[in-house]
Amino acid sequence: MITEENNNYQELTDTALKVREHIIRMSTDGGCFTGASLSAVDLIVYLYSRFLNINKDNLDDPNRDYLFLSKGHDVPALYGTFAELGLLEKERLKNHLLLNDHIYWHPNTKIPGIEFHSGSLGHLPSVAIGVAMDLKISGSANKVVCILGDGELNEGTCWEAMLVANAYKLDNLLFVVDRNHFQANMRTEDLIPLEPLADKFEAFGAAVKRINGHSFAELDEAFGAFPFQAGKLNVIIADTVRGKGLPSIQERADRWFCNFNADEIQQLLLELHGEHRTTLTSETLVVR
Amino acid sequence: MSYEELLTQTALANEQVIVMTAENRALVRNLPGILGKRFIDTGITEQTMIGAAAGLALRGRTPVVHALAAFLTMRAFEFVRTDVGIANLPVKLSSFIPGFLSDGNGPTHQAIEDISIMRGIPNVTVFAPADEDDLVKMLPQIWESKSPAYTRINTRKTTYVHEPFTPGKAEVIAEGSDVTILTYGLLFEQALIAVEMLKSEGLSVGLINMRSLKPVDEQAILKASAQSKLVVTLEDHFLTGGLYTIVAEVLLKHRTTANVLPMALNEKWFRPALLPSVLEHEGFTGKQIAEKILGYQTAHNQPQILTPEFSE
Repeated sequence: MITEENNNYQELTDTALKVREHIIRMSTDGGCFTGASLSAVDLIVYLYSRFLNINKDNLDDPNRDYLFLSKGHDVPALYGTFAELGLLEKERLKNHLLLNDHIYWHPNTKIPGIEFHSGSLGHLPSVAIGVAMDLKISGSANKVVCILGDGELNEGTCWEAMLVANAYKLDNLLFVVDRNHFQANMRTEDLIPLEPLADKFEAFGAAVKRINGHSFAELDEAFGAFPFQAGKLNVIIADTVRGKGLPSIQERADRWFCNFNADEIQQLLLELHGEHRTTLTSETLVVR
Repeated sequence: MSYEELLTQTALANEQVIVMTAENRALVRNLPGILGKRFIDTGITEQTMIGAAAGLALRGRTPVVHALAAFLTMRAFEFVRTDVGIANLPVKLSSFIPGFLSDGNGPTHQAIEDISIMRGIPNVTVFAPADEDDLVKMLPQIWESKSPAYTRINTRKTTYVHEPFTPGKAEVIAEGSDVTILTYGLLFEQALIAVEMLKSEGLSVGLINMRSLKPVDEQAILKASAQSKLVVTLEDHFLTGGLYTIVAEVLLKHRTTANVLPMALNEKWFRPALLPSVLEHEGFTGKQIAEKILGYQTAHNQPQILTPEFSE
């Protein structure tokens, strides 16, 4: 049995740590959606390192795989991963929110490797369906992954898309839910409860796996089995922790968007490595 | 040639064309059998259909999508604006029963703000053919273009034979020094009737079939304004945001003005009934148009208006 202790995943663990550092560094001078980015890091690092046939040399190749980040506000995790895997120059991350580049709070196609812009929730499931439909029509074997937030599942178009994906038997399409249990200001279960989530997806016709989204072994096992049911939309619910890696903001409703000062950034980088607890002094966002 | 025949011919000649519908099959009944996998019916999901059309276009396809005008432009608005407009993808929107053509359906189905909504999206072009002949002359170029396009589908037959279509150009039917009627879509048919009545009353009358509302033929508008004492904008659309607004924008842009009489729906939905009754009730028959311009009643007879077949 594969376990984390085998160290099969040391490379991924190291990459994920660096991506988390990038996210922390982007969480200043205007800030970003730090918590939602940190929950998705392991998932995104895993996808680009082990699952998707996407690299810096095949971004325009029609035979590449496709990743759609529907939950667009976690794009620092994607840009950090791109930087570590050589799709994006690391220096460019310093251009976050500057007019000399196109790195802002949501993804856009001016950044190489971004397949489609997002930010408005509930859109990319349908765009991913269109690509998956074309791959089926064209007889191509490429995979299409669409990452959704759990809060995003409030949007009816996610469920509409599942009906259509199943009707067209799009088993080349994989929806991955970053189940960090929060929407912007609230725990999902305190606002619009989603559980039992796997049952809901199954009732819509999907084949579902639920895993710990911070365990590379579990990610490996679930994605390795794709498509785990032919003729159906496949869904992976990745249980994650918002703010994963930073105990001082982890699972805090008032720290979904963070704009830290320089001192906090230094402390948080230490905290990420487990030897410090940050004293946060920057403003929090009031829970509505 | 019908819409469906043209679409069939186009899709058979070009493998990249995908025909989609949100379970609105009136215009594409035979295409599932002909196109196989290139016919995609997403069910009653206008939003998902538009998003999927964007995805197909990302892969190099040209999706021609069908839905009722009200739902295509309003239910799916943000998907058109965000997934098609921002990405500037060649998705072709075929909107069914726009304007008065929704006749008996009621206000839920009345797309009388569609021109306003669609022309407000950067990159999206907007077209409104006068009848079936105009439609089949316009669509080949609309579909060949790389731009997203919104077309007010109008398959009504008239006896008028239209000129070849140039995107961005209006069709000048007649020029006149007293009045010029600017119109688009199904009211072209009534405008033709109005023009004959106005002529028999001794007026010099012009008529322009706008065809392309975005880009719009600014020179045609400016010329009509300069040479006619009165310009009439005639449309089955809200007064806000349609042709009257477009004419106002063009005149102001060129620092000129004109006497403009708008005929449109002013802050109201129209009374649902079969099309001939709708036109009569709302004052849009050829005779009513002519008499509104003249300012007096005439003895002219309004020709019969055909009821469209029910098609949902």
